[in-house]
Amino acid sequence: MSLKLLTRNGLRSQPINTARIVPARRWSSSISQRPGSDSVRFPGAVNSKFTSEMAFLKASDLPAIPTYRVMDSDGYQVDKTRPAPNVTNEEVLTWYKNMLSVSVMDVVMFEAQRQGRLSFYMVSAGEEGITVGSAAALTPDDVVFAQYREAGVFQQRGFTLKNFMSQLFANCNDTGRGRNMPVHYGQNYPRMHTISSPLATQIPQAAGAAYALKLQDLQNPNRDPRIVACYFGEGAASEGDFHAALNIAATRSCPVVFICRNNGYAISTPTLEQYRGDGIASRGVGYGIDTIRVDGNDVFAVNEAMKEARRLALSDGGRPVLIEAMSYRVSHHSTSDDSFAYRARVEVEDWKRRDNPIIRLRKWLENQGIWSEDQEKETRDAMRKAVLKEFGEAENEKKPSLRDAFTDVYEEITEEQREQMAELKRILETYPDEYDVRPYKDGINGLD
Amino acid sequence: MVSLRTPLRSLAQAPRRFYSGAPTPAAKLNLPIDYKTTPILHHTSSSLSNTSEYPAGATSKRLNLYQAINSALRTALSKSDRTIVFGEDVGFGGVFRCSMDLQTEFGSDRVFNTPLTEQGIAGFAIGAAAEGMKPIAEIQFADYVFPAFDQIVNEAAKFRYREGATGINVGGLVIRMPCGAVGHGALYHSQSPESLFAHIPGLRVVMPRSPAQAKGLLLSSIFEHNDPVVFMEPKILYRAAVEYVPNEYYTIPLSKAEVIKPGEDLTIISYGQPLYMCSSAISAIEKTMPGVSVELIDLRTIYPWDRQTVINSVKKTGRAVVVHESMINYGVGAEVASTIQDSAFLRLEAPVKRVAGWSTHTGLSYEQFILPDVARTYDAIKQTLEY
Repeated sequence: MSLKLLTRNGLRSQPINTARIVPARRWSSSISQRPGSDSVRFPGAVNSKFTSEMAFLKASDLPAIPTYRVMDSDGYQVDKTRPAPNVTNEEVLTWYKNMLSVSVMDVVMFEAQRQGRLSFYMVSAGEEGITVGSAAALTPDDVVFAQYREAGVFQQRGFTLKNFMSQLFANCNDTGRGRNMPVHYGQNYPRMHTISSPLATQIPQAAGAAYALKLQDLQNPNRDPRIVACYFGEGAASEGDFHAALNIAATRSCPVVFICRNNGYAISTPTLEQYRGDGIASRGVGYGIDTIRVDGNDVFAVNEAMKEARRLALSDGGRPVLIEAMSYRVSHHSTSDDSFAYRARVEVEDWKRRDNPIIRLRKWLENQGIWSEDQEKETRDAMRKAVLKEFGEAENEKKPSLRDAFTDVYEEITEEQREQMAELKRILETYPDEYDVRPYKDGINGLD
Repeated sequence: MVSLRTPLRSLAQAPRRFYSGAPTPAAKLNLPIDYKTTPILHHTSSSLSNTSEYPAGATSKRLNLYQAINSALRTALSKSDRTIVFGEDVGFGGVFRCSMDLQTEFGSDRVFNTPLTEQGIAGFAIGAAAEGMKPIAEIQFADYVFPAFDQIVNEAAKFRYREGATGINVGGLVIRMPCGAVGHGALYHSQSPESLFAHIPGLRVVMPRSPAQAKGLLLSSIFEHNDPVVFMEPKILYRAAVEYVPNEYYTIPLSKAEVIKPGEDLTIISYGQPLYMCSSAISAIEKTMPGVSVELIDLRTIYPWDRQTVINSVKKTGRAVVVHESMINYGVGAEVASTIQDSAFLRLEAPVKRVAGWSTHTGLSYEQFILPDVARTYDAIKQTLEY
């Protein structure tokens, strides 16, 4: 108690010169209760009214947070009285093609993995609307931290088929230098940090990155302010890192938009065994974060929510926003998973038929008279050809140099690593039949 | 579950596919391990019953590693109502099938899914153990244990020491995790962090080499010791390694190494999957250098480890090579080599050599060049013999 008082007094006596980036202090000039006050002034809860009725809050008594949607599953605007989505036909067609391209690539690569031509793959079937719709609301200067099912974000932000294929085949054109498992894409600009397998680690990093952008943009008022967009699944939101991230982002008023893709499954674990509250959105409120839940199959709803979230994130000196985008994982978790071991095939087929972000947007486009069966077929064929062409080229490209097994651990190769590279080279020269170094750029000389 | 919590079931499938380069067709050393003939495994039930550690006259059954773990978990759940088994995706059998059918047999109170939180799983297990249960917690991949590091290092390892005269401890606590490389796990599905845990007094760190070993060591971890155990399972062996495993309850003592092949001229100290490579390298060297015989020791428990068995062997052979998969820097090999140097210096005919992963991460395309293989092990034996 006395320790707290001391700390507080000590803090108060210091001049605060970072006022622009620090949220309002929670405590008032006095922590004591005014006589006859009807509310609590505990430092941990400043506006709480006293009550003599003892009542526990029951989560089950609270209404579920609603799900925002613009377009129904037949591709029509739900609320006819509001203006149509503020997007040009050209933009919507770009979104559609980007969603389609990811979907076409997914089908080819999933099959390629089954044939053993690549080690691993993860599709994003059913979640293309979330990724493309949200990424479309970002500027190229915004920064993305993603989980692993966000190919649509990469696609929308200019990642080319060649980029995708180079990473998937871990060849010498892969920015990850052939080191990462497939689908661990990364790009410097527009910046999307290279995917890291451990779950949720990117969420607090996104808060810190957003804080960095905020300070830099304050220091340079001539540039347009930027945000960080951070993607993760509802399973990852069970990790401690998620909770740490939301809390620290709120307390430091970081301009970050957290986008939770709630697809109902974390590998085999359904949401009922993952959490008992009202989805992930209810947690945002608990951390004092502006929060919305959207229909992830509705690309317009996702895009509008993301645009508004971006605006909020940059208002009043910056603050975090949480979007929970609902969908259903119609795919297996990955090529290593057979989800019919833990859920009924019929459930999946039912979802596929009932709702899907691509089919829904296609219906919209057809309703608008700007898309047809012929265009659909032509576009799909052209995309499949383009994917296969880049596939073939990437598969035949050399792997990076053996040197890259050792580079980038530190800024410079260490003396110990240098000795290890020399020893490895000696082994390769002594036992040439035991190793095939031909697929690697520069062969054995890569170790020089 | 991470992420790729990828229930990389394919990660447990043999034969090993090389997405990181393959040996040439002329290879004689770096051939895929032939698990059907390797002397490391008990291919007949009679070879099993000739081994003193296994129960005499017991019936046995051919099981792979995940089936042997499953058998050990079933035995533990049957033996004591206090045993509980949980972790991410454990309910449907686990991504590597180790808990298959257990929820159906023992109910969802004792075998259950947890939310996706390793620190939560470890802390939950510690609390349950402190109140008298025998929690067997699964971390889906050793690569994902790090959020639980605080709970394991600061809590599980220090529990008894902190409690002192209250006598409260977390005996019975076992944290299982699949570990090791399989050919395409890259940075986050390949790691073997045993030396990080072995640095922490208070933890027992165990890594079995085979199905029959795994069952005995796991049951021992649960029932025979009152210390927290980090139990690491080489995931490449889950499906690849098949041998006769006793059906009944049996235990293999912790902190006791085993000489799995006697020899006179050099001692190899290893544990887990690299033992199979060591065995291949030994056959190659004994063919190319007639008259030479090499002793192979499986540490089995990495810490607290059986120093005496190792020292006695090296005093006899005068030469030692330590082989492990994880990085050489500050690895298990450093501890073993230093202990040998301390206790058998005057008997040594050559410096103790280490064959281990290089000081880097397991980049997808480079795995075969980063981790130890038969050729490198063969070369190390040869150099040490010819020193």
